Amino acid sequence: MSAISRDDVVHLAHLARIDIPSDQLDHYASQLDAILEAVATVSAVDTDNVVPMSHPVPSTNVFREDVPGQSLTANEALAGAPAVEDDRFRVPRILDEE
Amino acid sequence: MSELVRKDASELSALLSAGEVSAVEVTQAHLDRITQVDGAIHAFLHIDTEGALQAASVVDSKRAAGETVGSLAGVPLGLKDILATKGLPTTVGSKMLENWIPPYDATVVTRLREAGIVILGKTNMDEFAMGSSTEHSAFGPTHNPWDLERIPGGSGGGSSACLAAFEAPLAIGTDTGGSIRQPAAVTGTVGVKPTYGGVSRYGAVALASSLDQIGPCARTVLDTALLHEVIAGFDPMDQTSINAPVPAVVAAAKRGDIKGMKIGVVRELGGEGYQAGVRQRFDEAVVILESLGAEIVEVSCPSFDYALAAYYLILPSECSSNLAKFDGIRFGLRVGDDGSRSVEQVMSQTRAAGFGDEVIRRIMLGTYALSAGYYDAYYGQAQKIRTLVAQDFAKAFSQVDVLISPTAPTTAFKIGEKLDDPMAMYLNDIATIPVNLAGLPGMSLPIGLAPEDNLPVGMQIMAPAMADDRLYNVGAALERALVAQWGAPILNSMAGV
Amino acid sequence: MSEAVISYDEVLEQFDPVMGLEVHVELGTRTKMFCGCSTEFGAEPNTHVCPVCLGLPGALPALNKIGVESAIRIGLALNCKIAEWCRFARKNYFYPDMPKNFQTSQYDEPICYDGYLDVDIDTDEGRKTFRVNIERAHMEEDTGKNTHMGGATGRIHGADYSLVDYNRAGIPLIEIVTKPIEGAGKYAPEVAKAYVAALRDILRNLGVSDVKMEQGSLRCDVNLSLRRTPQDELGIRSETKNVNSLRSVERAVRYEMTRHAARLLAGERVIQETRHWHEDTGVTTSGRSKSDAEDYRYFPEPDLVPIAPSREWVEQLRAALPENPAVRRARMQELWNLSDIDMQTLINAELLDLVEEAVAAGVSVDAARKWYTGELSRVANEREVDVAELGITPAMLARIEELISTGALNDKLARQVLEGILAGEGDVDGVIASRGLAVVSDDGPLLEAIKDALAADPSVAETIASGKLQAAGSVVGAVMKATRGQADAARVRELLLEHLGVSE
Ligand SMILES: [Mg+2]
Ligand SMILES: [Zn+2]
Repeated sequence: MSAISRDDVVHLAHLARIDIPSDQLDHYASQLDAILEAVATVSAVDTDNVVPMSHPVPSTNVFREDVPGQSLTANEALAGAPAVEDDRFRVPRILDEE
Repeated sequence: MSELVRKDASELSALLSAGEVSAVEVTQAHLDRITQVDGAIHAFLHIDTEGALQAASVVDSKRAAGETVGSLAGVPLGLKDILATKGLPTTVGSKMLENWIPPYDATVVTRLREAGIVILGKTNMDEFAMGSSTEHSAFGPTHNPWDLERIPGGSGGGSSACLAAFEAPLAIGTDTGGSIRQPAAVTGTVGVKPTYGGVSRYGAVALASSLDQIGPCARTVLDTALLHEVIAGFDPMDQTSINAPVPAVVAAAKRGDIKGMKIGVVRELGGEGYQAGVRQRFDEAVVILESLGAEIVEVSCPSFDYALAAYYLILPSECSSNLAKFDGIRFGLRVGDDGSRSVEQVMSQTRAAGFGDEVIRRIMLGTYALSAGYYDAYYGQAQKIRTLVAQDFAKAFSQVDVLISPTAPTTAFKIGEKLDDPMAMYLNDIATIPVNLAGLPGMSLPIGLAPEDNLPVGMQIMAPAMADDRLYNVGAALERALVAQWGAPILNSMAGV
Repeated sequence: MSEAVISYDEVLEQFDPVMGLEVHVELGTRTKMFCGCSTEFGAEPNTHVCPVCLGLPGALPALNKIGVESAIRIGLALNCKIAEWCRFARKNYFYPDMPKNFQTSQYDEPICYDGYLDVDIDTDEGRKTFRVNIERAHMEEDTGKNTHMGGATGRIHGADYSLVDYNRAGIPLIEIVTKPIEGAGKYAPEVAKAYVAALRDILRNLGVSDVKMEQGSLRCDVNLSLRRTPQDELGIRSETKNVNSLRSVERAVRYEMTRHAARLLAGERVIQETRHWHEDTGVTTSGRSKSDAEDYRYFPEPDLVPIAPSREWVEQLRAALPENPAVRRARMQELWNLSDIDMQTLINAELLDLVEEAVAAGVSVDAARKWYTGELSRVANEREVDVAELGITPAMLARIEELISTGALNDKLARQVLEGILAGEGDVDGVIASRGLAVVSDDGPLLEAIKDALAADPSVAETIASGKLQAAGSVVGAVMKATRGQADAARVRELLLEHLGVSE
């Protein structure tokens, strides 16, 4: 049984904002499926009462004082941008999703 | 080949501080070596001739003026192209950042510069550090100096290859699941993944934030320790970095005394799936360790059997989020912006064009593992296995001082051999992943050549958190015994490039 | 395009409203939540940015301690519990004003939870207290700002492209979310408004934010659903974004109630969606539909370590909290012996602090109220500034009052003193000296002036003498005029009556 369908790939590609050509959807579906099948072995482990580990080092409460640091100049900030206008980042039209 | 490039960092350091050679000479010798061999090796993506000579001459002037400089001042280094360098390209091996020049330096880069270490250039890597072969670089593979048909390991293949090819005596790598240690193993060099948080990650392009660690690479254990000491320590810019004294790694590398130490061989990391020659050299090294006065114990870490699977859920999940910023808006590649397309379309086309297959695969996998309805079964479960792995380590370290295993199951494989089989590629990391999951330090050092292919084999040493010094102590002892046995460093037996 | 609505009364006959209010407040920290860039409003575009808040490759967040402290203080002021241990999480979605394409926020572990805020509203049965339960208050970061270019409207639809300024990206936000607000019935719009107003007062009082709704440092989202009876399950809700004035909060609730009801009565379903509030037309329009809901793929932020506020720290912060504004008001009203209306006037005009300071400086409550609600409000209004910005300190008012009580100044002169101060001529005594504003206290010149005035209108003396004392006013006025206001009107009157031999 295949866990990842062509439609799943379409959905994931949309969530991840990657434009995958339709002729590659099956290719990705089968590869993802193979990997998922391999990693799904995690479900065999009994993890009742096991606390998930999000951070490998058990530290807490690391803070920065509220003191201004060095910012970039607008030129430095914009230097790597693909498109700039008026000291701002120029982006293609933004549409709310239809 | 200039004699200077055969020298290791400690030797260069001695010559430099004695004034027998200048930093500019040392740097020029390495730049010449790069010109000579890097066409065949392709360890470097970008060579900063001007910047390197400039940095070297600053060190020379400081020495001439009697100013105190760091012990590695004037020694050249290859920097993995994952670290942000102000004014120098930083591509992460990806088309996405082909033309990106960061406006800032990574903390490690700042520390290297302050120590007077000369950055020769940026070394090649698997795109976004995803891979074990450096074949996934968007700018072509790096070749293993031992056999140009073979991979130099990955993702930091450029860093390991530049050491093995005598293009630099020092290199910086990053290790998320073995990207320092596995390349070290397959190129006959030394690499250390420090304790998680031991070195600031600020400025290292993130793959999986809870696993990534920057570390030192060199040709000897002592050189690796010297570099470790330069880059390690708390950084307020990385709040996950550890605010505690850096373990005394250099002293440990100079000590190399393991009499009375307990060393555990991990049952789950070896045996089936490991190449015969790898197992043979490993078993011989264990005997040497015993002969040096260590007590060898077999320990079992049963949850390691699930470490690879957990890793390949955690890593894609975190990377799917970390790589979201590559969208063609603020920096890097933008594709398809012809005025007719919406920002969403342009982002999607940019990401499809800028990311290679392996990167896309992992982003999609991570997106899936984190998505509603699957989180608990995949990401959540993987994080629990992480806890079990850490518990296995804790139990093991209650019995022994360090753990050992082969670093990689095989010697360097052929370029192209595993490209179409992601799972086969992932299996390369099987022995190196557990310490990343638990946040512990690990080292790989060469223990000989596999009889069947005459390619280097590495041993992995693992220690408890913030006991990085133990790696160097054990590594130095073993290195000394092996070099005595071989009569010379292992790299000397490599056929000339 | 606006939708069908029905009358508000009709809604109430058939439906029970349930609200949820989400307020985002920008903290007034000096630096951003995760980097050292300034939070100052109005800087040149992209000058308050760095690798961290621009989301450049390799950068890492570093949490601002005052951001966390402010969150805890807000939670305490809202009667919340403070988590013993919590984490940040990443909320993953793509949007060009969000540099990392995830928002560093909190998900299932908010730092503050389970609180409440009591608000007072006017009902048919008088003033009543309504409790709004608070689900959570959590920390997150703001986005950058888009300017939509091209097209006719400057709105997102029809724009050719947009320009992004990331100065605002990474400014600390606290998101305060209520539990479903039930039982407000017909007062739902008033409760919503009163809640946001009370919250604003508390935040201002804490000094954690400038809470300027018009500048976006306090933003409100209104969730609303209707059901037939309070016993029914919750209906489908709409989420109206960025309702950015108190009046709009009230209007948006009212509008959505009438819109939902019209749909339901027409047999249609309410769509779960995001709606935009239009201040100008007073309607909401459809935004993004939630049917294709974003899957945010939250997971714990690995780049920041967990937060475990010690109980000592929390108790220290609690002990140092300023008095709750509502409690303070009740206390002051009683202390000053004011009517509800008088008190409300001060509150509405935001003059409470000033009056309190003036009273503390020695001005009587009545005099302080009179100055601030009268002359000073008028001038502030004229100049289009806040009363507090006029530069009249409580100490100055106290000095003026002192001079009035000794008879050295009268009301008219006092106003001239203020005028002088406002014109930058110095402090109270300085203006009096330079303008020569002392009250004429010598009876001689006053009596002369009275005689002159009576001579000018001889009939008035007779009128007064006949007992019509109100006629004295015109003589006093004439004397005041003649002395250019520098007379004590009460003394003039006394002298006049004495002169005419009339007693009060
Ligand atoms: Mg939010
Ligand atoms: Zn910043």
